[in-house]
Amino acid sequence: MSAPETHMSEVLAAKAEAKGLSFYYGDFRALKNINMTVHERKVTALIGPSGCGKSTFLRCFNRMHDLYPGNRYEGEIVLQPDNTNLLASAVDPIEVRMRIGMVFQKPNPFPKSVFENVAYGLRVRGEGSRRRIEDKVEQALNDAALWNEVKDRLHQPAYNLSGGQQQRLCIARALATDPELLLFDEPTSALDPIATASIEELMHDLKERVTILIVTHNMQQAARVSDFTAYMYLGDLIEFGITDELFIKPKMKQTEDYITGRFG
Amino acid sequence: MVALMIGVLTFVALFVDMALDGVGRLSWDFFTNYPSRRPGQAGILSAWVGSTLVMLTTAFFAVPLGVAAGVYLEEYAAKNWITDVIEINITNLAGVPSIVYGLLALGLFVYQFGLGQSILAAGLTLALLILPVVIVATREAIRSIPQVIREGSYALGATQWQTVRYHILPYSSAGILTGIIIGMARAIGETAPIITIGALTFIAFLPPAPVQSEPPFISFEWLMSPFTVMPIQMFNWTSRPEAAFHANAAAAGLVLVIMTLAMNGLAIWLRYRLRRNLKW
Repeated sequence: MSAPETHMSEVLAAKAEAKGLSFYYGDFRALKNINMTVHERKVTALIGPSGCGKSTFLRCFNRMHDLYPGNRYEGEIVLQPDNTNLLASAVDPIEVRMRIGMVFQKPNPFPKSVFENVAYGLRVRGEGSRRRIEDKVEQALNDAALWNEVKDRLHQPAYNLSGGQQQRLCIARALATDPELLLFDEPTSALDPIATASIEELMHDLKERVTILIVTHNMQQAARVSDFTAYMYLGDLIEFGITDELFIKPKMKQTEDYITGRFG
Repeated sequence: MVALMIGVLTFVALFVDMALDGVGRLSWDFFTNYPSRRPGQAGILSAWVGSTLVMLTTAFFAVPLGVAAGVYLEEYAAKNWITDVIEINITNLAGVPSIVYGLLALGLFVYQFGLGQSILAAGLTLALLILPVVIVATREAIRSIPQVIREGSYALGATQWQTVRYHILPYSSAGILTGIIIGMARAIGETAPIITIGALTFIAFLPPAPVQSEPPFISFEWLMSPFTVMPIQMFNWTSRPEAAFHANAAAAGLVLVIMTLAMNGLAIWLRYRLRRNLKW
């Protein structure tokens, strides 16, 4: 797939590039030779019907598949600016996850306090200074638009927060360690419309600092939040382009059928 | 339902009968006196001290080993047929008659390792006995932790050990603790393996104190001391002809049953308390 012709005036820089990426669950080939570029400081959305491989693709970026036996990658995902192949066996998945954060489908705060949730990423990196941790936690909660709501109950259990707040807490937790790329795996599918709107707004603010790759079930959401969209079907990347163009005049018949609701 | 009622009523009837027989013998002296030829002066001092020390030794060996084994099997071991075989064997070990453990301990700890008829040998034996209980409880507690919590930890760049240390162990501690207490409640009532390794039935002295007035202040001599435990003291008294000793046995039994029930109650309470903080 060639890079989309862009009408944007700014220069696009690649943050990560999938090159000939295939992925296997045992013998099952879940991703088939995917080539795609994730542009720096942009939101890229992955859409497609259930089972098309979009979550599988997302989870290749932080080597989440390494946690389970029988999984195998082929091809490369190259992370810029240092040109590191994330999938190389010499690269430690822990190093990869130190640079790439992730937010999950269902809010999954740890059963600890709000503060400890956000501080965890710093603690596993061996940050010992209490002051630095406190500063970082406050900054991350601010960035996730949660600070004002939780500043008086930092030491209460995270489970006392509402679903939307929990998801923003998970975003703060990922932001606390300054990731270069943030992966969102259907982050709003367990939330109500108001919480969903606040997360979408947050993503819009965040893209000035961090590159975002989001899997979503919801085409309206992809249209609202993303700059680029990729449509996947049965492990193939069917079409990739600027969101507005892909939704208004898709090049592929399959994409058109899906976004107009005739299929999927 | 009927079967359940039969079981419960039988237990209640036996318990009440024993309580009526024994409650008259319960007094401060009963806990602070050594066993004696005169039933009126006989007490359970050496038995409850022995039971306590044996339990401590048991916990010291069974808890770290059992929890470590459970964590290893759940979090580290590859899921293959060897793990399956180990799993089946651990479950089966929980069902092995305790006398078999006693025979194993007699051969291994008492003679092979030369530990003699000591508190250490008894503690090791009972540790072996409750190890499967602790391992199974640990595994089940760990299994109830949702996968998204692990993934959340790994996604932040945590190592496997950090994930175990900061998440898996704390969140499963309620279940693990419950398993430990239930295992200990079983061990405290065990008689057969302790008799097999040769605990004394009549003993009128205490093991050396663990804390001493001269350097090095802490002594582990008690580990090698001969001992008796509560069920053996009971067994000894019930096999005497005099009826007054039978009252002593009933009183000792009452103490033992209350201790066991209290431990089980503690387990239930702890599980309730600690689980309240965990909602997935």
